[in-house]
Amino acid sequence: MPFIPHTRADVSEMLASIGVSHVEELFSEIPESIERADLFAIPLGISEMEMLRVLSNRARQDELGPCFIGAGCYDHHIPAAVWDLASRGEFLTPYTPYQAEASQGTLQLLYEFQTMMSSLTGMDVANASVYDGGSGLAEAILMAIRCNRNTKSKRVVICGAVNPFYLRAARTLVGSQGVELVHCEHVGGRHAVGLDDFGEVAAVVVQQPNFFGLLENVDEITDWAASKKALLIAVVNPMTLAVLKPPGDWGEGGADICCGDGQPLGVPMSSGGPSFGFLCTRIKYVRQMPGRIVGRTTDSGGSTGYTLTLQAREQHIRRAKATSNICTNQGLLVTAATIYLSIIGLTGLSNVASASHANTRYVVDKLCASGLVSPTFDGSYFHECAINLHRDAQGVFDELTTKHKILAGFPLGEAFDGLESSLLVCATEKRSQEELDFFCRTLLEVLN
Amino acid sequence: MTNAPSDVKYTNTHEWARIDEDQRVVVGISDYAQNALGDVVYVELPEIGIEVSASQEAGVVESVKAASDIYAPVSGSIVAANEELENAPELLNTDPYGDGWIFVIQPHDTGELNALLDAESYVEFCESEDEGH
Amino acid sequence: MKSEATIFERSRTNRAAGAQVPEAGSLADIPSRFLRESAPLLPEVSELQAIRHYTNLSHQNFAIDRNFYPLGSCTMKYNPRGTHRAASQPGFLNRHPLTPVGVSQGTLECLFELQEILTIVTGMDAVSLAPMAGAQGELAGLLMIRAYHQSRGDEDRDEIIVPTAAHGTNPATATMCGYKATEIRVGADGDVDLDHLRQLVGPKTAGIMLTNPSTCAVFERQIVEMSQIVHDAGGLLYYDGANLNAILGKVCPGDMGFDVLHLNLHKTFATPHGGGGPGAGPVAVNGRLVPFLPIPIVGQRNGQFEWFGEEEIPKTIGTLSAFMGNVGILIRALAYSMMLGRNGMNRVADFATLNANYLAMELERAGFKLAYPTRKATHEFLITLDEEAKQFGVRAMDFAKRLLDFDIHAPTTYFPLLVPECFLIEPTETETKEQLDEFVKAMMQIRAEAETDPRMLTEAPHHQFKKRLDEVKAARELDLVWKPDSD
Repeated sequence: MPFIPHTRADVSEMLASIGVSHVEELFSEIPESIERADLFAIPLGISEMEMLRVLSNRARQDELGPCFIGAGCYDHHIPAAVWDLASRGEFLTPYTPYQAEASQGTLQLLYEFQTMMSSLTGMDVANASVYDGGSGLAEAILMAIRCNRNTKSKRVVICGAVNPFYLRAARTLVGSQGVELVHCEHVGGRHAVGLDDFGEVAAVVVQQPNFFGLLENVDEITDWAASKKALLIAVVNPMTLAVLKPPGDWGEGGADICCGDGQPLGVPMSSGGPSFGFLCTRIKYVRQMPGRIVGRTTDSGGSTGYTLTLQAREQHIRRAKATSNICTNQGLLVTAATIYLSIIGLTGLSNVASASHANTRYVVDKLCASGLVSPTFDGSYFHECAINLHRDAQGVFDELTTKHKILAGFPLGEAFDGLESSLLVCATEKRSQEELDFFCRTLLEVLN
Repeated sequence: MTNAPSDVKYTNTHEWARIDEDQRVVVGISDYAQNALGDVVYVELPEIGIEVSASQEAGVVESVKAASDIYAPVSGSIVAANEELENAPELLNTDPYGDGWIFVIQPHDTGELNALLDAESYVEFCESEDEGH
Repeated sequence: MKSEATIFERSRTNRAAGAQVPEAGSLADIPSRFLRESAPLLPEVSELQAIRHYTNLSHQNFAIDRNFYPLGSCTMKYNPRGTHRAASQPGFLNRHPLTPVGVSQGTLECLFELQEILTIVTGMDAVSLAPMAGAQGELAGLLMIRAYHQSRGDEDRDEIIVPTAAHGTNPATATMCGYKATEIRVGADGDVDLDHLRQLVGPKTAGIMLTNPSTCAVFERQIVEMSQIVHDAGGLLYYDGANLNAILGKVCPGDMGFDVLHLNLHKTFATPHGGGGPGAGPVAVNGRLVPFLPIPIVGQRNGQFEWFGEEEIPKTIGTLSAFMGNVGILIRALAYSMMLGRNGMNRVADFATLNANYLAMELERAGFKLAYPTRKATHEFLITLDEEAKQFGVRAMDFAKRLLDFDIHAPTTYFPLLVPECFLIEPTETETKEQLDEFVKAMMQIRAEAETDPRMLTEAPHHQFKKRLDEVKAARELDLVWKPDSD
């Protein structure tokens, strides 16, 4: 019997102890009127070997060549040690560290994670994760509305080039709380400050680098939000913060809340999940931040230790008045990210960032030099860039996928009207020189 | 036996209310309440100037394992809040009826205090709560 | 006891894990106003240092792979390694979420199959795998209930009924959906107070959220009547799948009258808890809610698996994550389901229930008090240590901490609140009889200590990496990030 250790003798002894003659009697409190389950349509169980044969075949079916899509999920190298360590049973199979004395490993790791994320974003504090970038944005929006005591407005301005997949999820998640999300049009791929009058605004959301890979004038946008007494929510890619200006330093006063997806930090793409979302903020807003938070303290013997803290914000204590309903988070991915950041280190992460930028730039320059392709937008970009193929980008993308097994980028027409001829390309540090050249050559062949 | 001084009035949500010399109402939580909460780690104070009506939420007291709303015992406007509590929330445990006061209401009608419990009735109420548990 | 220094204290300027550092690229074309002026605080350690540090930290964790973990309501069963292997294959791990379906048939077939299996075991009509955790499944469920009422022009329903003993996520979710949570009393036998329910329901009732078996660890016997009462009032029934392990393969929530439910795959379907997550919280619905399911869903068209989105499900409540939820967890759950098969699924509830009833009986024999002695245990049960607390001045939490010294993880303590000094104990089907017997022995020894030397409990744990941690200090003197001068 898979995963059940009972011998026949065990079962007889246990039934005798309980005083029943058959296991079925233990279910006697289930009313007769409820029909018994019929699982006949589910196949019989198979061994691990057989299961792996079936699923390996399916996995192999989905293997492809090099990936040049980013759009919120990135193909970076993950040091071998990261998942060797994260897959240890001691990290893989514990519950949430509510029993602190039995969970010091996870708790200290989370404290280190909070430290790394706070420093990367230039914020005071970080939580121990939410589900992903999309739900992170939703939580950041709700949090900003709670924090902003200058206004009762629930209007939130979203800059035009915020990740449309995050925005779509956030709309679902905050939709029934009377929040009004005002999505601006981007102007040339960026947010244009001060074009509209939005009235009273609780928060402004800007992404850096934005969905098109472009660098927004975040200092100006931050100051503008502050002048409107709105909180500034920064959506960021933590990998890029090894070299880009952290949200805490934007403008005069810095961002108020920072969120994003931690996938670039040692988490495989895995069809987009599981990854993890993160939230960082100023200390004065910490009690409005949802999700678990670890604090350092001492034990009764005076030794340094760690424990979950500020739990009175959370659903298991505050129930209907909790900051969020979040319970389970993405702990294992945070474990991997913390180990990733430790192994890749300060120099490593900076070089991942600069190499990804340089690789993308190489591809864009080479393609544009052909005259067949041009940048969709002007201005500085980081490690993604929208390129105009001057024809239906979806068709080109499909041809490259089916004929050459190359994922050439994200056809922007899927998410933005008017950008049907543009492809959003990304070449991370993982792409070799051969792959970069092969990509350019093949794309240009298709265009020719 | 809970400590319930007779110079204040009580609510059945465990706040106490005391009229001061300026006919304002000082509010805190009872000894019974602080005991039930355990070590208080944070007090969320109301903003000065806001209007509250009787039984309306006007703050939150947090311990490690619980969070409890503080309700205004009478209607009026908040005229003071005990900022000491921001750095020393433990005052609610050590001196609930003194330095652990939470906020002050300028009441619309001090007569509303008459509807609250006196010390004797409050102690009885607490005892019935304990039995119900 | 020795503390593990933080990774930051192990750092030295200019040290790095050389094999992991790619060659730098030029940033010369990026204007300096976009760049950071000072380096972030990231570790500068060798690869070996990092490995040793985190391996040592891992030793300070309890885990299913190391310990008996009878944590009620959490279903800490064995997480089969084969499922981890299955999901960790390159074709799954390296799949970008925006890869076209034509070259993703392997992944989509897995998701389609899981949808089918979950539809059958829940007795519902359709499943969406989109929610990333149980709480998000609850949110999706209530959003569907809301959309359903609105689609009928029934706009005034703004109340969700939850039992007083409900999981905290239930009322918190109601609030997130813009609903008011009203609480319904639980009777002395652990069943919901039906008369109170009759009083509560009405034209304001949007729905009710229930677990069954309930959080009191007994099967809610009046579920059919409750379903009738709520439906008659125009409300819908939400099933919180936290306790599905108790009835897997026995009865289906769909046959109890529930309209919508979520499953916790990290409980019932054995995907790892990961120290707090990730989970996955698929939602299953009956016909009236199918039009509102969260997207994407995997469907079939012309012999190919496809994503169904807004086009196919125009009334959908929408997406819940940037992409498609926690696919890697869904693949693990499928791998587990394949190994169980229908025959194995039947056995899950059988043996989970056998273990719980046996353990309850043995503890009762040893003198511990069951919270609901006239009731059968389900996959879990409640004991109350109220008498021990009164007699010996030790609390349930002291028992919990002392159990750690026996290398047993504490059961869920003080939940539900309506049972004083309680332990909610869930052994799961994957534990041996020997392990259960050891637990009883440990509990007996601890009670003996409570009688003779209560400090053994009140000062426990004695043999863990830390003694009891000062949570009050942690909350009053917030220390949430390490700073170079903080030691």
